[in-house]
Amino acid sequence: MSENLLKVQPIRNGTVIDHIRAGRGRKILDILGLSKSGTTISLLVNVQSKKQKRKDMIKVEDRELDENEIEKLALLSPNARVNIIRNYAVAEKKEVKIPSFISSIVHCPNENCISNNERGVSSNFKLIDEETHQIQCTYCGRKIEEDKLNFL
Amino acid sequence: MKHIVSIEDLDNKSIMGILKRAKELLPVAKGNKKSKTLDGKILATCFFEPSTRTRLSFESAMQRLGGSCIGFADPSATSHLKGETLSDAIRMVAGYSDAVVLRHPREGAAKLASEVSEVPIINGGDGAGQHPTQTLLDLFTIKDEIGKLEGLKVGMLGDLRYGRTVHSLSQALNRFNTKFFFISPKSLAMPEHVTDVLDSHWSTHENLKEVLGDLDVLYVTRIQKERFPDLEDYKKVAGAYKINAELLKNAKSKMKILHPLPRVDEISTDVDETKHAAYFRQAFNGVPVRMALLEKLIGAKK
Ligand SMILES: [Zn+2]
Repeated sequence: MSENLLKVQPIRNGTVIDHIRAGRGRKILDILGLSKSGTTISLLVNVQSKKQKRKDMIKVEDRELDENEIEKLALLSPNARVNIIRNYAVAEKKEVKIPSFISSIVHCPNENCISNNERGVSSNFKLIDEETHQIQCTYCGRKIEEDKLNFL
Repeated sequence: MKHIVSIEDLDNKSIMGILKRAKELLPVAKGNKKSKTLDGKILATCFFEPSTRTRLSFESAMQRLGGSCIGFADPSATSHLKGETLSDAIRMVAGYSDAVVLRHPREGAAKLASEVSEVPIINGGDGAGQHPTQTLLDLFTIKDEIGKLEGLKVGMLGDLRYGRTVHSLSQALNRFNTKFFFISPKSLAMPEHVTDVLDSHWSTHENLKEVLGDLDVLYVTRIQKERFPDLEDYKKVAGAYKINAELLKNAKSKMKILHPLPRVDEISTDVDETKHAAYFRQAFNGVPVRMALLEKLIGAKK
């Protein structure tokens, strides 16, 4: 227990992202731009977990993830859990689920797609495979695999 | 209100209804009979890249049914739209018309237009994307030439990798228990994203002679020089996929050849005189099929 405390000190207010797919923590920090937010961030890599063999974990102090950030997170690590912490207690558990439509989060890889060539148009994807998390551009129809996502 | 962005926007019943109505409209399309079903209606043809065949057949279809057309035919005419987004241009044009045909060089343009338009959008081709009225006229031609759509053996020949007409035609024919024969050089084979969704029987071939005798329909597409970095490679490949009258002696007597046109030399002119040549009628069929579609979208409800 004391060892755990050393690893994950409780935070007063903020967000704990748990059960991140091992190795994805770093990428999540980058893509959500958390390091730039000016608050204290802790990243734990390859933590032993009961559920998965290894997992990553992120603690963000004084900042609660918004819905858009949680959707991005869902694409990067679909089984992650988001706990919103207020006054040292879990105030809210947010469901991390890939939405059936994903808007303004990912670039369409097709350079000739209208979504990449028109002012004011946001990208829009449809989740077409719940298991592989393959998504499809609603404009040009291009399908992208989860590991090839290019975030906005 | 319904938009026609892709052939998937039409179910089998709607497709069969359009093909049936197109058949009835043949005499009107040929100018032998008059019709006023679209009297007072205005079709806007917005062509952000030129496609004379598509535009003229839409305009002919509209006018044969008593309607009229506004629009622009090529990018130079649209220079005044420079700086204006497609969405804004479509909102404006939709305000002046009852339906809009959009041709655009970017994939997904018609889908975007359908999100902002208050009148039906008909996709007249968007980049390498969809061209549903081409697919409808291909289906009409096959049905009209052969007498049915169900259970046919259809060969597709040439550039199957980049040819969007054969992609959407395959998807559409898949609904009618078609047996497909994809004939192309390996480098231009039918992409997986097309074959993945086919549940009917299909096979790939490099040599037309292997399967020619089996076919009810042969759909020929052009192999473009630009696909080959080496001109010699192109000449070799293109030469191997040319059709001429001599070759067709091995075909079924009722086998029909289709081609989206324009052709270069992939079908020799001596084929034009054979009973197999259906491609000129196919090009004409664009008119009655588009008439039937326009009636369905903006005609008075019966
Ligand atoms: Zn796209």
